[in-house]
Amino acid sequence: MKRTVFRNRWLPYALVAPQLAVTLAFFFWPAFDSLRLSLYRASPFGDRLIFIGLGNFQRLLSDPAYFRSVATSFVFSALVTFVGLAVALFLASLANAKIRGLAIYRTLLLWPYGIAPAVAGVIWMFVFHPSFGVLPYLLSFVTAYQFNWFLKSWVALALIVVAAIWKQFGYNLAFYLAGLQAIPGSVLEAASVDGAGPVRRFFAITFPLLSPVTFFLFTLNMTFSFFDTFGLVHAVTQGGPGDATSILVFRAWKDGFEGLQLGYSAAQSVILMLLVVALTAAQFRFAEKKVTY
Amino acid sequence: MAATSRLASAGAVATAELAGHLPATRRRDMSGAIAHAILVASVVVLAFPLYYAFVISTQTLDEVTSLPPKLVPSTHMLQNYADAWVRAKMGRLLLNSAIVALAVAFGKIAISVLSAFAIVYFNFRGKQVVFWMIFITLMLPVPVRIVSTYQVVSVLGWVDTYWGLTVPLLASATGTFLFRQYYQTIPDSLAEAAQLDGAGPLRFLWSFLLPLSKANIAALFVILFVYGWNDYLWPLIVTNSPEMRTAVIGIDSLIPRTSQLPEWNVAMAAAMMVLLPPVVVIVAMQRWFVKGLIETEK
Repeated sequence: MKRTVFRNRWLPYALVAPQLAVTLAFFFWPAFDSLRLSLYRASPFGDRLIFIGLGNFQRLLSDPAYFRSVATSFVFSALVTFVGLAVALFLASLANAKIRGLAIYRTLLLWPYGIAPAVAGVIWMFVFHPSFGVLPYLLSFVTAYQFNWFLKSWVALALIVVAAIWKQFGYNLAFYLAGLQAIPGSVLEAASVDGAGPVRRFFAITFPLLSPVTFFLFTLNMTFSFFDTFGLVHAVTQGGPGDATSILVFRAWKDGFEGLQLGYSAAQSVILMLLVVALTAAQFRFAEKKVTY
Repeated sequence: MAATSRLASAGAVATAELAGHLPATRRRDMSGAIAHAILVASVVVLAFPLYYAFVISTQTLDEVTSLPPKLVPSTHMLQNYADAWVRAKMGRLLLNSAIVALAVAFGKIAISVLSAFAIVYFNFRGKQVVFWMIFITLMLPVPVRIVSTYQVVSVLGWVDTYWGLTVPLLASATGTFLFRQYYQTIPDSLAEAAQLDGAGPLRFLWSFLLPLSKANIAALFVILFVYGWNDYLWPLIVTNSPEMRTAVIGIDSLIPRTSQLPEWNVAMAAAMMVLLPPVVVIVAMQRWFVKGLIETEK
C-alpha cells in the first residue's frame, strides 16, 4: 500500500464525491430497490403495489419457462466461451512462431470487437437467411435439411452463438498470440530436448503458462455472453422461436418492460445478482488455486 | 491457388516437424509459414461477413434476392445508403450515439481519475467504506438491475434525455480500478518532489499524474467509447421518442421482418454506417487498446 502523501481535510471528499454520488444513485439505490420490488406485485390497473412476500420467487421457481431460460443462458454462454476460446487457443498455438508483421495481423483481428452485438446479429441474420443467405444456399448442396432459424430452435441458437463468437474471436486470438509470444522459447526447447512431444509440451508448459490469459478471456467472454448479448437476441430472434433463445437478461427485460410485471422482473434481477455474485466468487477461488501469475 | 499450396506445404511441414527431421533453421522458416497461413485464414474468415454485408449494401433488391448469392459489389450503393439515412433518420441517431459514447467515455474518465487520486494519495475518514462502495460495482453490471434503475431515472425526470442515457452508465468502477492500479506503481518520490517544489495536490494531479497516465486514459477511452456506442439494453429502456434513440437500436426498424419487402440492402447499408465509428476508433487506437487491457488484467 502506498504511503499517503497529501494532507487536506476536505479535498479527498470532494474528489470522490462525483463517483460516490453516481454509485449511490444508480447502483445502491436500484440494487436495494430491486430487493424491495421483488416482494411486490402491481395491482391490476398498475396504479399501486401489493406486498406478496416471496410470492414472485415462488412463482419463478415453479415456472418451467424460467428454468428453460436458465438453461438457455448457460448453454449459450458455455458455447460462446468454450468454443470461442478453444478454437482461438488451438489456432494460436499452431501459429506460435516468430511472426513478422504481428502488429498488422493484430489490427486485422481486433476490429470485429468494435461491432455492436446487435449489428453483428443483423449481418449474420442475412448470412443465415433461409431464402437468400449464402450459408443455407451452400448447405443445400450437401443436405436437404432446412436450416431455418425462424422455425428451428437449434438453428436460431446457432445463429446467435456464431454471431457472438465472430465478434469476440479475433480478440481472443490476438490475446493468446500475445500470451504465447511472452513464453520464452528456451523453456519449450528444453522440454523438446528432454523428449516431450508437441502435445505434451502444450499441456505441461504452454497451457499452464497461459492460464492468466485464459482466466482473463474466460471472465470477459462469460460476462459478454451473459449480459452484452441482449441486443443480439432482441434484434435477431426476439427470444424465439418460442422462447428458444430467451436468455435470462432478455426474459427479465421482457417481463418487466413488455409484460409490465415489475415485481416479477425485479425478482429475476435479484436471482441474477445472486448468480453473478456466486460465479464471481467461484471464479476467484478457482483463480487462487489454478492460475499462476 | 497460392493459398491452397501454402496450406498443403504447411501440412507437410507439420508432419516433418513432428518427425523431427528438419534442421533447426528450416524448421523455423516452416513454422513461420504455418503461422502466416493460419493467421491469413483467420483474418479472411473474420472479414468475410463484413465483406458480404458491404456487398449486399451495394446491390439492388433483385440482386439481393437472387440465387446463387452474388458476392461482388454492385451499383446501388448510394441509393441504399441514402434510403437508410432517410428512413431511419440516421443523422439524428448517429449524433445521439456520438453524444452518448463521448459523454460516457469522458465522464467516466473524469470521475475515475479524481476518485482514484483521492484513494491513492490521501488518508481520510471513511476511506475503506468509500473504497468498497465503489469497487463492489465491479461485480454487478447494469443489466441485472434494469427495472429499478429505470425507476430512479424516472423519479429524476431523466427519461428520454441525454442525462438519462449517460449518467447511469457511469456507475461502475472499471476506470477507477485501472487508475488506482496505475497510480500505485508510481514512486512516492515523485509526489514528494512535487511537494518540495511547492505543488499542491491538484497541481500535482494536473501537471504530473495526468500526463503520465496518457496511455491509460487513451486505453480507457477506446473501451468506453465502444461500450457507450454499442450498448443496446439501456437506451432501449430509457428512451421512448424516436429522436432520442441511438443508432444500434434504430437499425432494428430497418430489419425486414417476415411480412415485409426483403430490403436487406438498406438494412446492411444502415449496419455499415452504425458499425463504422467504433471500428475506426479501435483500429486507429489499437496500440493503447491492447496495452490498457493487458494492464487492467493485472
